[in-house]
Amino acid sequence: MSDGIATIFAMGTPSLAVASTGGEDFLRILLLQDFNTRVVVAGAMLLGAVGGVVGTFLLLRRRALMGDVMGHAMLPGVAAAFLAVQALGLERSLPVLLLGGGIAATLAGLAVIGLRRVSQLDDDATMAIVLSGFFGLGVVLLSVVQSSGGGGQAGLEDFVFGKTASMVTSDVVVIAIGGLLVLSVAVLFFKEFRLLCFDDAFAASLGRPVMGLDLLLLSMTVVTALVGLQAVGLILVVALLVIPAAAARFLTDDLRWTVAFSSLIGAVGCWLGVTLSAAAPGLPAGAMIVLATAGLFVVALFTGPKRGLLPRWWLGRSLRRAVGRDHLLRSMLECREVTGNGEITAAELMMNRSWSRGGLSGLLRVARRAGEMIQIDRDRWRLTDRGEIEAAAMVRNHRLWEHYLLEYAHLAPSHVDRAADRIEHVLDPVLVRRLETELGALVDAGPPASPHPLADETPPGDDVVAGGNES
Amino acid sequence: MTMFVSDWQWGYDGWIVVITALVAMTCAIPGSFLLVRRQSMLGDAVSHAVLPGIAIGFLVSGTRDGGWMLAGAIVAGLATAMLTQVLRRVGGVDRGAALGVVFTTLFALGLVLIVQAGDSVDLDPSCVLYGQVELAPLDVVVVRGIEVPRAVPWLLGVLAVTFLSVQVLWKELLVASFDPATAAAQGGRPNLMQQVLMVLVAAGCVVAFEAVGSILVVSLLVAPAAAARLVTNRLRPMMFIAMSIGVVAAVGGHLSALTVPGWLALETTDVSTSGSTAVFATLLVILAVLASPQQGLLFGTFRRLALRFRIAEEDLLGVLYRREVESRGLGQPTGVHLSELGGGGPGLAFRGMMRLAAIRLRWAGYVTPFRLIPHPDQIKLTEAGRVRATVLIRRHRLWELYLAGAAAIPLDHLHATAMDLEHLAQPDLLASLEAEAAKSVHDPQGREIPRG
Repeated sequence: MSDGIATIFAMGTPSLAVASTGGEDFLRILLLQDFNTRVVVAGAMLLGAVGGVVGTFLLLRRRALMGDVMGHAMLPGVAAAFLAVQALGLERSLPVLLLGGGIAATLAGLAVIGLRRVSQLDDDATMAIVLSGFFGLGVVLLSVVQSSGGGGQAGLEDFVFGKTASMVTSDVVVIAIGGLLVLSVAVLFFKEFRLLCFDDAFAASLGRPVMGLDLLLLSMTVVTALVGLQAVGLILVVALLVIPAAAARFLTDDLRWTVAFSSLIGAVGCWLGVTLSAAAPGLPAGAMIVLATAGLFVVALFTGPKRGLLPRWWLGRSLRRAVGRDHLLRSMLECREVTGNGEITAAELMMNRSWSRGGLSGLLRVARRAGEMIQIDRDRWRLTDRGEIEAAAMVRNHRLWEHYLLEYAHLAPSHVDRAADRIEHVLDPVLVRRLETELGALVDAGPPASPHPLADETPPGDDVVAGGNES
Repeated sequence: MTMFVSDWQWGYDGWIVVITALVAMTCAIPGSFLLVRRQSMLGDAVSHAVLPGIAIGFLVSGTRDGGWMLAGAIVAGLATAMLTQVLRRVGGVDRGAALGVVFTTLFALGLVLIVQAGDSVDLDPSCVLYGQVELAPLDVVVVRGIEVPRAVPWLLGVLAVTFLSVQVLWKELLVASFDPATAAAQGGRPNLMQQVLMVLVAAGCVVAFEAVGSILVVSLLVAPAAAARLVTNRLRPMMFIAMSIGVVAAVGGHLSALTVPGWLALETTDVSTSGSTAVFATLLVILAVLASPQQGLLFGTFRRLALRFRIAEEDLLGVLYRREVESRGLGQPTGVHLSELGGGGPGLAFRGMMRLAAIRLRWAGYVTPFRLIPHPDQIKLTEAGRVRATVLIRRHRLWELYLAGAAAIPLDHLHATAMDLEHLAQPDLLASLEAEAAKSVHDPQGREIPRG
């Protein structure tokens, strides 16, 4: 242990010991050829994984910022432990400082809960008050340490900003012990935590000790934050608790997989950060870990299969396209009914429904490619045989629903168009057959007559309402 | 001040207090709004996230002179609020998590920037975090022939701008803070108001950066506002109270930084003023939680105790009266066994409460004998006590009558319910009770209803 302590209270080296410029060294770091590098990378990755697991539960319990409060609240504990050790004339040791930090963080967690109970302040205010009060006390104690001239304040600074790069084996052992403890608790109580996160009232009704589980989660957070001090410091430790979990939510809905992905993202982010900071001298490792994890978050935000922006945009786009194609086919038939001519111009389609010009030409292009329409000349379009069948089915679905609404929901003829406009895309054959039997007298083969005047014959105002949601 | 601190120097300590107080007032204004909007942690996030803005402003200008840094910080503050909004709206991320992601990332970015520029410029991240208000009075400019610390004109300017913009936008901010939907429906711009608030918070953060450190600004944003919130329910008084509490925290913070180490017999002298200001502000919140007139714990507890005490008194009187009526002409002792009182059971607290009630009744002249510490077993009613007990018993039996009649409560449940209700003393309630039971002489159990 003693060599570790020596390193902590020495001036923290800004970057990995092996760090220097040059591609060769970078390769050495990447391939983990130094023992030192291996130690740092192992410690950081372990930490990221643990943070991801605990963070997932915290996030789902809507306590993401508790990590922030606890991280800050450790400062007075660490400083007080430092002062106490100094006053008693003992040898400073890492476990004592961590114990002090842990006690302070636990007190802060209890203070948040207590303050919320006894006052009418909301969650945000209680957390901010406790955070700033504890941190202020920490700054006071820190200034006492500094002015009493113990010479160890550099070591305390490490706790604030982290000292990943100068981690040694004993630090990694501390991280490993704490991490394994937290992980085993998470595995043991997985079911209980799942219940707690998704439905605490149900958990309480099953006789689970909700308060006790919350305290357990709180203490897991404390332990994670404590070991996280080593890597990123007490201010940025919240990042390890928040970012991987928030990123994993984009990837999956399953809690098991969320926990797995979250710890994976945490580990990879830590590895990336350490490697980057080692590659370029002068980049603080703690901050680089956070930035790397944030980078992974952005990737997940865009590409995550479950909630990612791109998949969601793609889904929305294909949905819009399918709906637009249905509308186009139906408009073609409706225009033909009005004009009696199978060759329709874009202008006529524009009259029938309020497309945007670009949107319409896009839809026309897609329909031509799908073989549902052919372009006769520059401006005129006609349905193919295949398009004819599809369009007839669309119009039929639309009007069946209109008649159904008229018959059974007693809507006015002027109001059925829009309702049918929305439902026509999801009417399945079974439902269509039922509609046919229900409305028996009204239908034969082919689309029934429209119960309301078609768009071109009505005043333009109605038309806008009918097709207003088309893009 | 010199009565507290022997070596108080107005030219130095005075300026420290002035600077901290100005920061506190500047922060209390947007802080009040953040509090009622339940966004106090946003203040914490912004105070971290301005770091890259400050760093970039610093790198661009190369000096610590305000303008660039202020602009950078405001941009960073706005970016925090906007990115958080985007993550919530577009990404569907939980609010706390969105804040956490954004501010830690920006803070890390700021650290990297500062460390990268560490050789060329003198900007210490720990200075940004903890602040060095002790150094501020030493850095002076001459304004109209008077030497003032350079921070003071800046602080005055930002305070004035903050105060004026809040005054000008008062109504819109108010509606947007309490009911964004109504604000939007009335043609207000709740989103714009959110941005305005963010600008004010960021400006507060950057001016606080030198004075109290950008982390501790969260204390001045939330603590005075929270303490004020516990004292009043109206926003405008709350804002002014918050500003005054901020000033108190500034004075108290610096004074305690100077004196408390002496009390604790520490040899150190330069304890961080910004840290102790934050601690002092938190203590003020705790004081407000305990002692606020409306919502404070102490007053609430006191009111509850007073009520329990009155109920105990009345119960004791009632039992004494009943015992007297029962033993009339039998020559039995008229004391009360505590077990007859039911209710709280024979617990220690209950017995203590009854003991106190007996003492209080004796002092008020409702019971005899006149002994220093009467025991409930050994007392009997005086004339005055009998009058008061008659009123109580009448109320009790009127309630029983009403409950049996109008509420159709079974006979064996009447007594317990009436025991609770007899302590209600609103005049109109009693009047209607009297009217209800105007002609009855006996309660449902056949006992006489005494004329009060």
